[in-house]
Amino acid sequence: MEPFKHLISRTVVMPAANIDTDQIIPARFLTTTTREGLGARLFADWRYDAEGRPRPDFVLNRPEADGCRILVAGRNFGCGSSREHAPWALTDYGFRAVISTEIADIFRNNSLKNGLLPVVVEPAVSDWLLAHPGSELSLDVATRTLTLPTGVAVEFPLEAFAQHCLLEGVDELGYLLARSADIAAYEAQA
Amino acid sequence: MSASSGTRAGARTLFEKVWDSHIVSPQSASAPAVLYVDLHLIHEVTSPQAFQVLRERGLPVRRPDRTLATMDHSTPTRAAATLGGTPVAIDSAARQVATLEKNCAEFGVELLSMSHAQRGIVHVIGPELGLSQPGQTIVCGDSHTSTHGAVGALAFGIGTTEVGHVFATQCLLQRRPRSLSIEVKGRLRPGVTAKDLILAIIGRIGVDGGTGHVIEYRGEAIRALGMEERMTVCNMSIEAGARAGMIAPDEVTYEYLAGRARAPHGVDWQRALERWRQLPSDPGARFDREVHLDAAQIEPMITYGTNPGMVIPISAQIPERPGDPAFQRALDYMGLSPGQPLKDQKVNVVFLGSCTNARLSDLRGAAALLRGRRIARGLTMLVVPGSQEVKRQAETEGLDRIFTEAGAEWRESGCSMCIGMNGDLVPRGEYSVSTSNRNFEGRQGAGARTLLASPLTAAACAVTGRVTDPRELLNT
Ligand code: SF4
Repeated sequence: MEPFKHLISRTVVMPAANIDTDQIIPARFLTTTTREGLGARLFADWRYDAEGRPRPDFVLNRPEADGCRILVAGRNFGCGSSREHAPWALTDYGFRAVISTEIADIFRNNSLKNGLLPVVVEPAVSDWLLAHPGSELSLDVATRTLTLPTGVAVEFPLEAFAQHCLLEGVDELGYLLARSADIAAYEAQA
Repeated sequence: MSASSGTRAGARTLFEKVWDSHIVSPQSASAPAVLYVDLHLIHEVTSPQAFQVLRERGLPVRRPDRTLATMDHSTPTRAAATLGGTPVAIDSAARQVATLEKNCAEFGVELLSMSHAQRGIVHVIGPELGLSQPGQTIVCGDSHTSTHGAVGALAFGIGTTEVGHVFATQCLLQRRPRSLSIEVKGRLRPGVTAKDLILAIIGRIGVDGGTGHVIEYRGEAIRALGMEERMTVCNMSIEAGARAGMIAPDEVTYEYLAGRARAPHGVDWQRALERWRQLPSDPGARFDREVHLDAAQIEPMITYGTNPGMVIPISAQIPERPGDPAFQRALDYMGLSPGQPLKDQKVNVVFLGSCTNARLSDLRGAAALLRGRRIARGLTMLVVPGSQEVKRQAETEGLDRIFTEAGAEWRESGCSMCIGMNGDLVPRGEYSVSTSNRNFEGRQGAGARTLLASPLTAAACAVTGRVTDPRELLNT
């Protein structure tokens, strides 16, 4: 994994609460056997009409969304299935961070393993972000800070191990494999 | 010891006991715990990229003997004979199924393939084979792994990267979740099922009410549930955002598991029983949060919106939430209005299936209501057993004939219309009363409108072609 230290980008805002993984990537696109190419299917049923034409009113189809790396969403983003295709689709599209007041457990885990930073903020910060689409934000992993264009900086929770893995580009499998002796000892006594 | 809170030092919950006994190395400020996995279930959709990682890094599956594969999501439910020689309806799905076959052969993982007599939905076959056992840790690249918590296991869904971790090390890196006790007193009334109970719970705590928590379902109403009903409850824990749902093992559990193909036998069974009897939460064990419900107050429940928390008693009206655009958007998608009753709403499709409600007792309940009746004209009803074993048992009892004589279609097992990956779809704009677990936009097909309900309610709706309280038909 590439190290993830710092990100500066404008935001795309999707204020709905409970945006589930079936919206992020509908199930009919899950018959793939690779990780690549899912960005084209991201939010497919909101992004395209029944004939496959882009819906002009959907936020990702607007010119302002071009190049935005940060998605700001309503409460409980990523609920539903465990499909890692959801963060794969988001990163393949170009997103590197998701900000919400609450992010579903499995989605958050999956995101961290794919260099997609899940950022949980207080309702007041979220309200500001939802009201100011396109704001340029700065996210710093080492200090766990989100800085708004107003200069206000807020800290976000990030577990120490996940932070270390992001900063160093460490993959967790290497860490687990290094514990093989402990695992063998556990198996021997169990 | 604090007398006022009623908690006791050293008293542990069911969850804590299972968690503690699977710690390879404990969590610290700088690292999560390394948690050992007893049983790893896999299927065709969330495993290919994980096998690919093993291949790229030259790693074997560490414990193929603790790994079992099935195919369920993208497999067809029409009998092979009617498919004109193509075993899987959709090309990419056929590729995915073939990839699983190849991967399992290469890495030595046992696979219940298409023609296998014990194939089925991954969360139906685990308990059915007696593989899912009390006190175990069970994972699968699938969020409804919470189902297996019904036998007193700690069972939860993981992503594909983590599937790779378990392949390579039989372990996961995990921070300990918090615990939530949901205690249900009293008894469910006739015509009210485990599905109604879990929908009522989600309606109460919300679709994120369990986030960060493992739920333990407790109390008289839970104890009174049969094993398959307990699975229905635990299955939908994830719809409340919880990592897992658990129910303490008891005589119901042991009776269910005794004699199953892959449950312990003989002396091993006796030893297992001794261990399992230690698992229930100790008196005075402390939970991080507690919720209380009264089963006698619960009515048949049905969803009206686009997440399982948008649920009402079947005789109630859809709530009004002026000034909530997301709520209005969900109702627009559903073609419904605030304040309207759902009862008598026209229904086009009925789906009886999924890992929530496609076990033998679910089929029996629906068949009892359908016996001697016909489904409404123009309505499509699909009955999809949870496993090939459920299918065989149902056929032995003649349930398949009750369904087909009523005008329903009787299929091979699989996920089918629950997720719409195999060609079984609800047409755009149509209303489906489904016994599955997700009413998300497009879940059953682009533009499909899903109303989640129990097998009894689904059967009643099939008969009338309208949203119907099953008690009206059960009483006649
Ligand atoms: S039946 Fe539905 S919820 Fe259950 S495993 Fe299959 S797709 Fe998932």
